[in-house]
Amino acid sequence: MKHWTLHLALIAVLFTAQYWLSPYHATNLARIMVLAVFAMGYNLAFGYTGLLSLGHALLLAAGMYAAGLPAQLWGWSAGPAFIAGIAGGGLVAAVLGLLALRTAGVSFMIVTLMFAQAGYLTLLYFAPVTGGDDGFAVSAASRTLMGFDLSTDTPRFVAALTIFAFGLLASLVLVRSPLGRTMVAMRENEERSRMLGYNPFTVKLAALTISGLYAGAAGAAYAILFGYVGASFATIQYSILPMLYVLLGGAGTTLGPFLGALVMFALIEAATGITTAHQFIVGAALVILVLFAPKGILGTIRERWVRWLP
Amino acid sequence: MAALIQTRGLTRHFGGLKAVDGVDFTLEPGEIHGLIGPNGAGKTTFVSLLSGRLPAQSGTILLAGEDITRLPAHARVRKGIAYTFQITSIFPRLTVFDNVALAVQSQGAADLAPKTRAALARVGLEGLEEQEAQTLSYGHQRLLELAMGLALSPRLLILDEPTQGLAASEIEGFKSLVRSLVPETTVLLIEHNMEVVMDLATRITVLTFGRVLASGTPAEVRANPAVQEAYLGA
Amino acid sequence: MAFGPFLLLALMEGLVTAAVLALAAAGLSLVFGVMRVVNVAHGEFYMLGAVLAWAVTTMFPGPPALAFLAAVLIAPLLVAALAAAADGLILKRLNYDPEATIVATIGLLYILQQAALSLYGPNANPVTAPFEWRIQLPWFGYSGYKLFVVLAAGLILLALWLFMTRTKAGLIMRATQVDRTTAQAFGINVDRVYMGTFALGAGLAALAGVLIVPIQQAQYLMGHDPLLLSFIVVIIGGLGSLRGTLIAALVIGLSDGVISMFFTPTLAKILATLLVALVLVFRPQGLFGAKA
Repeated sequence: MKHWTLHLALIAVLFTAQYWLSPYHATNLARIMVLAVFAMGYNLAFGYTGLLSLGHALLLAAGMYAAGLPAQLWGWSAGPAFIAGIAGGGLVAAVLGLLALRTAGVSFMIVTLMFAQAGYLTLLYFAPVTGGDDGFAVSAASRTLMGFDLSTDTPRFVAALTIFAFGLLASLVLVRSPLGRTMVAMRENEERSRMLGYNPFTVKLAALTISGLYAGAAGAAYAILFGYVGASFATIQYSILPMLYVLLGGAGTTLGPFLGALVMFALIEAATGITTAHQFIVGAALVILVLFAPKGILGTIRERWVRWLP
Repeated sequence: MAALIQTRGLTRHFGGLKAVDGVDFTLEPGEIHGLIGPNGAGKTTFVSLLSGRLPAQSGTILLAGEDITRLPAHARVRKGIAYTFQITSIFPRLTVFDNVALAVQSQGAADLAPKTRAALARVGLEGLEEQEAQTLSYGHQRLLELAMGLALSPRLLILDEPTQGLAASEIEGFKSLVRSLVPETTVLLIEHNMEVVMDLATRITVLTFGRVLASGTPAEVRANPAVQEAYLGA
Repeated sequence: MAFGPFLLLALMEGLVTAAVLALAAAGLSLVFGVMRVVNVAHGEFYMLGAVLAWAVTTMFPGPPALAFLAAVLIAPLLVAALAAAADGLILKRLNYDPEATIVATIGLLYILQQAALSLYGPNANPVTAPFEWRIQLPWFGYSGYKLFVVLAAGLILLALWLFMTRTKAGLIMRATQVDRTTAQAFGINVDRVYMGTFALGAGLAALAGVLIVPIQQAQYLMGHDPLLLSFIVVIIGGLGSLRGTLIAALVIGLSDGVISMFFTPTLAKILATLLVALVLVFRPQGLFGAKA
């Protein structure tokens, strides 16, 4: 019960945020929520199932292009384009998993990195269609849903919040379900899980595919809500970003990805006045987290004080 | 009735080491079968072949007449072969409840919580559901391992040195627990503690150098001169 | 130009790539082999070597040849010292856990890249070659410096091989590679071996950066491609096998030279990365490595 209360309360607070935040900050929050969906997906693979992927940018870009290209080429509207994006993310994740999940640990990291890099280069290679690094703008016609213009502040915020809320509550249900328990079992002791009758490959493939659905949803949402599609979202930076958010907020916690994205945005925003060295902040955050706080913010809170945090 | 497990010429070598070398072995339904032999005789390798943790090099394994030699381990578990680890292998950072629930839900059981509690109660771990498994005492961790095996409702339960490190008082409880499992569950027991094997087992197989040296009732095995020479050190 | 000479030119260019790549990849391979650490910041050590070479040659008053010699000596040493510090401050504290060290070296990559951008700036700067000398072939002239790079890389790798096989320090490193625990039991100071290995690996990357900088200009993003190519080389050659690394560097460097003459470099890179991923999936011991 308290799980639901906590999560619904967060969603409610975020809903009110559009009334007390400046438009600039509200747009930023919408962006954070979309990226948090991406990070939630990453968290299901890494935080819960123990799959440390360095290739999630591929899944984000898959969703982004699966939504953006039909919109661009055939004038699909926001609804179908969004669904195509989710499907694209899931499909690419499943194919990636079929190959990459034959490996584990460090090899898995490098294989996912390499596939993502190949995907990025492929987007560059087909630059006439994909726009390459410059990308393309999604037309206004494809950014309306049920009469709402998603390129304007309020509909965009509400749409981002809706997707975020669905993602968050779905992840809460998932991690408390038998499948969620099995995913954690893979992370904790794969050999024992096998001897309890679970096929590790199937469970990990399911987790990675669900992770891909999230990444696809985030990519599609980004394309539709912010009107831009580009190969730069397939670069290694966008594989590192969700890892950073998750590590910061707390791997294996439902709220960690959002918290990590929020804190990281705030950190960079706060530092902008002092320095333009954003990369330094990202790098230092990674090193400090892995050295001193591998459990992240919520992971530490759960360990010390609030044992029931999901 | 067909044998529950039957192996023919089961073989597994590691380089030059013949860990299991052409073993013919039969397990009747409902028995408690002791597997003994000196260190390095191939006992753990043999049960690893049965459970599928290691692939067989040659030979066949039949489960109630069905050839399972090529089945992966997790599929064998679903067919009813449960294995409890020699070195306790639990999920240390999960709760006791989750540990056993993982075994119960693997059977696709709908009433997860009651079945989990029942399995815990059977080994005497009721009331510890919400504890993190790694905080349990060693004896309790062994019982948890056993509860996970039981929760799979297996046809065959393989126990790899289950009494290792248990106190004498705990061993008594363990023996009555194992007796309560048969005949619904058949038990294959690797055990170094001779008193426990002689007391529990209805039949015993002795392995040396990866081969079957003798097989029979505890009394027959005890009287076998070859066994006495090779193992009991008489 | 006829096809034959054209191919010859492609092969010579490929040989230069292969030589530099072999140096950088040997460093990555060494670090992975001995320490089981995948150093994602390896390309940044290469970049730092190039940037520091620029700094040294700019500040050095003497003739270009001497300035370059100073860079060859100073830049790798500075980078090696930096790497040793990173090892002591970060990697050692992570107990060289494979996954944690990858995350940490990603962080290090960002930090070093930003440091170069902030201190050195976004521009690419040239470094004068130590000598201007062209070889006149019947069909085209060719930079003597490029051939020098191939020769120098070959000599350095030979020295590395002698170091690993003929010296006590090399023996200790190989012993640690085979079995860390036993090495420790024999009184080997594993911490020092690791620090030395990481420094040596980084120094090799930096040296590659110094050698390349008269051909390519020094720029803060230049570590990206060598990192990826070194990964490819080390994986194709078999993780941790120095000989496999050298063979793979030759194959990749030469084919890169030839392929990018005739095809678009992007397509070549796509095929190479896919090949690496598939090698890791289906033949993890590498194409030239022995079965583990």
